Amino acid sequence: MNSLKQIRFVWKPVVFALCLLPALKAVGDTFGWTGDLGANPVEALQDHFGNWALRFLMIALAVTPLRQLSGRNWLSRFRRPLGLFAFFYALMHFLVWLILDQSLLWQAIKEDIVERPFITLGFVAVLILLAMALTSTAGMRRRLGRRWQQLHYGVYLAAILGVWHYWWQVKKDISEPLIYALILSALLGYRLFRRWHRTHRHG
Amino acid sequence: TKLTGIVQSKFSTSEAANSFEDISTYNNFYEFGTGKADPHENAQDFQARPWTLEVAGHAEHTGRYQLEDFIKPYTLEERIYRMRCVEAWSMVIPWVGIPLAAIIKKTAPTSNAKFVRFETLNDPQQMPGQRSRVLQWPYREGLTMAEAMHPLTLMAVGLYGQVLPNQNGAPLRLVVPWKYGFKGIKSIVKIEFVEKMPETTWNMSAPHEYGFYANVNPNVAHPRWSQARERRIGSGLFASKQETLMFNGYAEQVASLYEGLDLKRNF
Repeated sequence: MNSLKQIRFVWKPVVFALCLLPALKAVGDTFGWTGDLGANPVEALQDHFGNWALRFLMIALAVTPLRQLSGRNWLSRFRRPLGLFAFFYALMHFLVWLILDQSLLWQAIKEDIVERPFITLGFVAVLILLAMALTSTAGMRRRLGRRWQQLHYGVYLAAILGVWHYWWQVKKDISEPLIYALILSALLGYRLFRRWHRTHRHG
Repeated sequence: TKLTGIVQSKFSTSEAANSFEDISTYNNFYEFGTGKADPHENAQDFQARPWTLEVAGHAEHTGRYQLEDFIKPYTLEERIYRMRCVEAWSMVIPWVGIPLAAIIKKTAPTSNAKFVRFETLNDPQQMPGQRSRVLQWPYREGLTMAEAMHPLTLMAVGLYGQVLPNQNGAPLRLVVPWKYGFKGIKSIVKIEFVEKMPETTWNMSAPHEYGFYANVNPNVAHPRWSQARERRIGSGLFASKQETLMFNGYAEQVASLYEGLDLKRNF
């Protein structure tokens, strides 16, 4: 089996299964098979999906630096699926909020999105990830041409908004959002440094 | 430990109480960590007995008391109260305690006593949350004299007929059912009668988000979330939130305390 086939038929399914584990854990906890959701199950599910959305965003954003630093170009094949999992968990987080927390009461939902800045941030981040997920196919990439790349730079903004949304949501203890902020700073800082380095070398 | 001689109170709600498990595993008690499950986990070895309570300030009978002696003269009451957290969730809790008014009468505050201020134990050895500076320790709270004397205001020493679990604020905590839960200061070591409005911990930490009064009010949103509705703990995954009531449903008893006060500004 050549390495392309190996990636496609072995490593991709393995990664895919691993990426589904947090979702399976949520289902298991909901039914009490793998644990439980505690006294406030809606909050527990929302936090679970929100955390995994941020983790997958960080993991997806780490693919390019890892590829460049290690020279293992096959890593780029995992960028799209990891990004789609980030979107999947963000969508679950959003749907738990919409359906279980807000009970689809549209007036209250609209008010929250418009009047509560931390919810506005999270909502915009989900919209950006949605646009990216819908245009993630090879066909859409061809059709959109240069605009595709511009749209998909949106991941940086979505990640910043996601971490900011978490930071703003916690009542006082910012230690966890701070960890995400530091990781994201490193991931974005790497890109800025590389860009600066390139322009100066050629400039 | 089971508490004895408890009498029922006419102030109890008939709403179904939350389970002991929910009440004792889902807590905000930052002295034991900022996660909801942290207090249950980290408060198990906390030494709530023996306990010394200091009564200070403008009152005739100030001094330091052994808690057991201090509460012995009073009749314990079971009071099933709604509890509304500022984070938009709520519970129904069967407290056991003593009306604060009864304690205050015996303490005989002077006319200079306009507010009561409370302080939590400051002991980072026992309270691991106090090793981080997430709030300014010791935790402090306060009430106006009228609020403190209100018949609904309770000093709780028990839960479900038993001695108060550590994670719920043993051995002595304040319960003010028409205010957000953070007013219910836990593990109290000091009660002081003062002339000026005292500093309160969450207000010191974020004055635009947490006021001195902290009355439950569905019409005044927290800057970051609506207070119009609340999630009743224990209602399950698919229950919708319920509407939050003015003064947490105790308006009939307490609204008169705030006549003429702009509740939007004095939140």
